[in-house]
Amino acid sequence: MITFENVSKRYPDGTEAVAGLSLEAPDAAITVLVGPSGCGKTTTLRMTNRLVEPSGGRILVDGADIRERPVAQLRRGIGYVIQHAGLFPHRTVAENIATVPRLLGKDRRAARKRSLELMELVGLETVLADRYPHQLSGGQQQRVGVARALAADPAILLMDEPFSAVDPIVRKSLQEQFLQIQAEVGKTILFVTHDIDEAIRIGDRIAVLREGGHLAQFAAPRELLEKPADAFVEQFLGLDRGVRRLTFISSNGLNLRTDALVKRGVEPEAGQLELPWLLLVDEAGAPLGWIEPRRPGAAPIPIGHPFRAKDDSLRAALDAAVLCPTGWAVGVDEAGRAVGVVSQEEIAAAIREAHRASLEAV
Amino acid sequence: MNLFDYLRRFFSDPAYHSGYNSIWTRLVEHCEYSLYALLIAAVIALPLAILSGHANRGDGTVSAVAVVGRAMPSLGLLVLLAAELGLSLSVTMIPLVLLGIPPILLYTHAGVRAVDPAAVDAARGLGMTPWQVVRQVEIPAALPLILAGLRAAAVQIVATATLAAVVSFGGFGRYIIDGLYQYDYAQVVGGAVLVAGLSLVTLLVFWLLDRLLVSPGLRTR
Repeated sequence: MITFENVSKRYPDGTEAVAGLSLEAPDAAITVLVGPSGCGKTTTLRMTNRLVEPSGGRILVDGADIRERPVAQLRRGIGYVIQHAGLFPHRTVAENIATVPRLLGKDRRAARKRSLELMELVGLETVLADRYPHQLSGGQQQRVGVARALAADPAILLMDEPFSAVDPIVRKSLQEQFLQIQAEVGKTILFVTHDIDEAIRIGDRIAVLREGGHLAQFAAPRELLEKPADAFVEQFLGLDRGVRRLTFISSNGLNLRTDALVKRGVEPEAGQLELPWLLLVDEAGAPLGWIEPRRPGAAPIPIGHPFRAKDDSLRAALDAAVLCPTGWAVGVDEAGRAVGVVSQEEIAAAIREAHRASLEAV
Repeated sequence: MNLFDYLRRFFSDPAYHSGYNSIWTRLVEHCEYSLYALLIAAVIALPLAILSGHANRGDGTVSAVAVVGRAMPSLGLLVLLAAELGLSLSVTMIPLVLLGIPPILLYTHAGVRAVDPAAVDAARGLGMTPWQVVRQVEIPAALPLILAGLRAAAVQIVATATLAAVVSFGGFGRYIIDGLYQYDYAQVVGGAVLVAGLSLVTLLVFWLLDRLLVSPGLRTR
């Protein structure tokens, strides 16, 4: 656990980067520091491994003041990942990852073995071990950065905008894989980002900071979206926080209708002809597109994307429904077989129901 | 007589094949002066430049030293020093050392400054001591430029070490100075060609050092 006790940072020129911050980052969880530029989130992170010294207050790791240990020793026990990876250009991938184990006196062979293990953990092919950083893509460099931070198995990981410098597709896959790794290693993580979507996607707890280093709100993602503490947080969360909140509501409660499915080559039944749209599926059950019973022979309308009927959130279901011109979403199972369809109106009703339930729960 | 006649006459003259005035003796002298001067210049300039680069300080001072150094009249300084302090090898060393310091200072400082700040930040954040940051990150990453500075200094020193002969010492400059006094142009041309040859060899040595010492990770092309 990392505890900030009334921590502040004032620079000699008078600017206040962090003002009286008190915060507790729980064990084995991802605590995200998020806010606009100049909110002191990076300063807060850098005070945790004493790259910046606070001008007031205390920072404790598992109850012990971080100033009690020699600074190099403290840092070797804390993983550190930064935006542009900051790999050493003259060292190979394996040597980069082995940095902290080598500083701790591990011999070359054991350190290399550990490097190769970590490459597998972060999803890098071990053939890259003897390449140099400039031969890697941005995403691969970032993975090496994460592997390097984890090499000595520190209890704490500090990550400063680790996925900001890569393109959105790579970022998404890095985030997903990072969550998988975290599920495996269970580190206490402080994660800085300016991207509220990233914060909500990966954070267990989110600290929203505002300019001048004031803590605006510290809450779990769902609570943040449901009850922003003030106008600043509300504005920072953006206009689509209502839709984004649906990420936390399962689509499990939706009533999928199965009578709108029709197999390819099979004549629709009489009852089905009353429906405005029918979902054409192939022999295995995979959705092919929407057809209008009144206009046989017309080309099927693409479904856009389906949602996973058991696992996905209401947000995915709603998005699938609004994306498709028919206004219907297709639910599929793990194998991609259509299990049923649901209309925008029914999803809207489910959302209303979820709201009522959460109001009654209060 | 053309250049090649002079060269043929010089290199076939047995007077230069053995004894105190042989090409070999003069080569050893010339290399000695140059190596000492380079070594002293490096011992002075390298730590200063690495320190200033590491601390991100002294940009202005370093470029001022470089400007002054470039404008320094080596021959004039040497004659002045010899008149004031008398003839000694250490007196001839002074202009050579002063000549070598600016390029080493300038290139090394720039090289350390140019190391990716993210790599330095990561090195500190991962728990390297300041000395480990210098030794394990800044010096190896700046090595191509550090070697370039040493090379520039070495080439200038080798060319200018001919001045030692002006104040009665040896080296290839001996042939040039003596030849001029004796109207023996074969000797002058021979000495000049030897100096030029030694400069080229110096370049070759540094090219080899670069191949041997610089990490392949820094060769992006």
